[in-house]
Amino acid sequence: MEQKEVILSARDVEIQFSLRGKKLNAIRKCSLDLYKGETLAIVGESGSGKSVFTKSFVGMLDANGSITGGEIMFEGKDIAKYKTEREWLTIRGKKIAMVMQDPMTSLNPLKKIGKQIKESIELHQGLKGEAAKRAAIEMLEKVGIPNPEKRYNQYPHEFSGGMRQRVVIAIAVACRPDILICDEPTTALDVTIQAQILDLIRNLQKELQMTVIYITHDLGVVANVADRVAVMYAGQIVEYGLVNEIFYDAWHPYTWALLSALPQLGVKGEDLPTIEGTPPNLFNEIKGDAFAPRNKKALAIDFVKEPPFFEVSETHKAKTWYLDPRAPKIEQPPAVRMLREQMRERG
Amino acid sequence: MVKYTIKRLLQSLVTVLIVVTIVFLLMRMLPIENFFTEDQLMKYTEEQKHDALEAAGMLDSIPEQLVRYYGQLLHGDLGESRRIQSGQPVTAVIGQRFMVSMRIGVISLVISLIAGILLGILQTRHKDKLMDHIGTAYTIFVNAVPPLVSYSLILVFGSLVLGFPATYSTRNPGISSVLPVVCLALGSTAGYALWTRRYMVDEINKDYIKLARVKGMSTKSIMVKHVLRNAFVPLAQYLPASFLLTIGGSLLVERFFSVPGMGPLLTDAIGKYDTNVVQALVILYAALGIIGVFLGDILMMIIDPRITLTDKGGTR
Repeated sequence: MEQKEVILSARDVEIQFSLRGKKLNAIRKCSLDLYKGETLAIVGESGSGKSVFTKSFVGMLDANGSITGGEIMFEGKDIAKYKTEREWLTIRGKKIAMVMQDPMTSLNPLKKIGKQIKESIELHQGLKGEAAKRAAIEMLEKVGIPNPEKRYNQYPHEFSGGMRQRVVIAIAVACRPDILICDEPTTALDVTIQAQILDLIRNLQKELQMTVIYITHDLGVVANVADRVAVMYAGQIVEYGLVNEIFYDAWHPYTWALLSALPQLGVKGEDLPTIEGTPPNLFNEIKGDAFAPRNKKALAIDFVKEPPFFEVSETHKAKTWYLDPRAPKIEQPPAVRMLREQMRERG
Repeated sequence: MVKYTIKRLLQSLVTVLIVVTIVFLLMRMLPIENFFTEDQLMKYTEEQKHDALEAAGMLDSIPEQLVRYYGQLLHGDLGESRRIQSGQPVTAVIGQRFMVSMRIGVISLVISLIAGILLGILQTRHKDKLMDHIGTAYTIFVNAVPPLVSYSLILVFGSLVLGFPATYSTRNPGISSVLPVVCLALGSTAGYALWTRRYMVDEINKDYIKLARVKGMSTKSIMVKHVLRNAFVPLAQYLPASFLLTIGGSLLVERFFSVPGMGPLLTDAIGKYDTNVVQALVILYAALGIIGVFLGDILMMIIDPRITLTDKGGTR
């Protein structure tokens, strides 16, 4: 893999939420390098912190949450230290934009579609009035909305879900961001529309040279769009690598569990494997490997000491003791081997 | 739209007619003795009473009276007042008073709208901080303390400390309206603040505000361009009716400050068996209420594009 320029680098980020006087450690020393122009998918179950982690890149944490440690370097500045709205406004929309999950509620129901795109254009492209309007219409056309002049003057309720998500994307992209965070952009849409939206984002990414982060728990989406994958569990990235490395040569037991639950690998008549147990309570301090209590083949040390990252390849690292040279020989589960064989068959 | 308006108007007419009929019948159920003043009751002989009732047409059968009344209405004749200002046309009796009530009412409504919405905005911006608590305390105070108590406080403070007139005088309507206006505005300010805050907080927590934030809008312009406008929609619906019904005045405030307005008129007229005045007032209030609601619906349609007024499928 050629050497790529790092556009955003998060180091040991810790994010806490205070809830009823207690501290919830939503993100526990999470590190991530984002390369310019790449598509990174962050996967993990609900509550694993994937949304929270990326929201901290744009200062959109809820009021009771804050970054309590680590740094997020972007354009030579540590944006984890940003506190005021004025500081964040230099990033939000301009440099890093976001597409949210639910297009049905993401638009102001009382404002014309065009006006909502225009707001974003006026803020970030320095255009005003008629010129901004023309740019907004162009944007509508770019995201594949027919009759953009007419549509400009319509309201969200006159758009279907897929169309609205196109508008939301238009708003985000109209900011000309360097990084586009797509927080489950297709979860609320039906399957046929999903593919269109993913295509749209991919085309815009190419055209505008954006770096895209997908947050999703749909591994199908990941396989489709991502260059690299980061797997999150209990507020940490536990494994990351190129998409092939994660799908065909995963090493973290949590990634194994996720892959084993892929419906494509199911055997007719048998139940799909599930991941038993529940994620750890993030109010408590977590000792050792957070996934150990749910991992049937956990090692003794998993309960005692948190594993560091071990290198599988230059681009692929996993945070599990399994990769320690001193660990007993552990085989990858059948699911991972099956996936690898399927890949070989396909060439 | 035109078709809908016409339909709505016809419905309204029927509503008013029903209301008037009910009130007409209810008035006839009151003891007939109320027809006379105490004086008259003592002095009149049975015969005189009978003659008076007959002259007033009160001895005819109720359907006959009703038909006669409808006939008068059709000619635009609301009759004369018998006891409030005897011999005067009802329209004159009401006409003198409604301007007084409306002037005080509209001024206090405008004040309370501005003050209430501003307070609501402040509370929203400083949610769960001191300013919010002060606003909430005010709202609770106004709602928990009986109005007469808070009016008394205003009266004492306003007249003794600030030197405003304690009663309304027709010779000096400006300065003597100050205290009544304040009293009237007291409660409605709290109401508007409460609802503004509530609707704004509702809006702020919606997803589209997050999108607006993440696209780089400042909190201030989000407040102005998104939140306030959207929060205003549910408030707007009741504004026209509120404005129109200021004509009705406030029974309590007008009694308290001896304002010669509409407030006490209805109860007085009922007490004095002044049927024509009662019926005229009821028609007026019903009509204003109906017009107010209709204007509210139109206003909603103008500011909320999702709402269209059609005559298909229900009222909206």
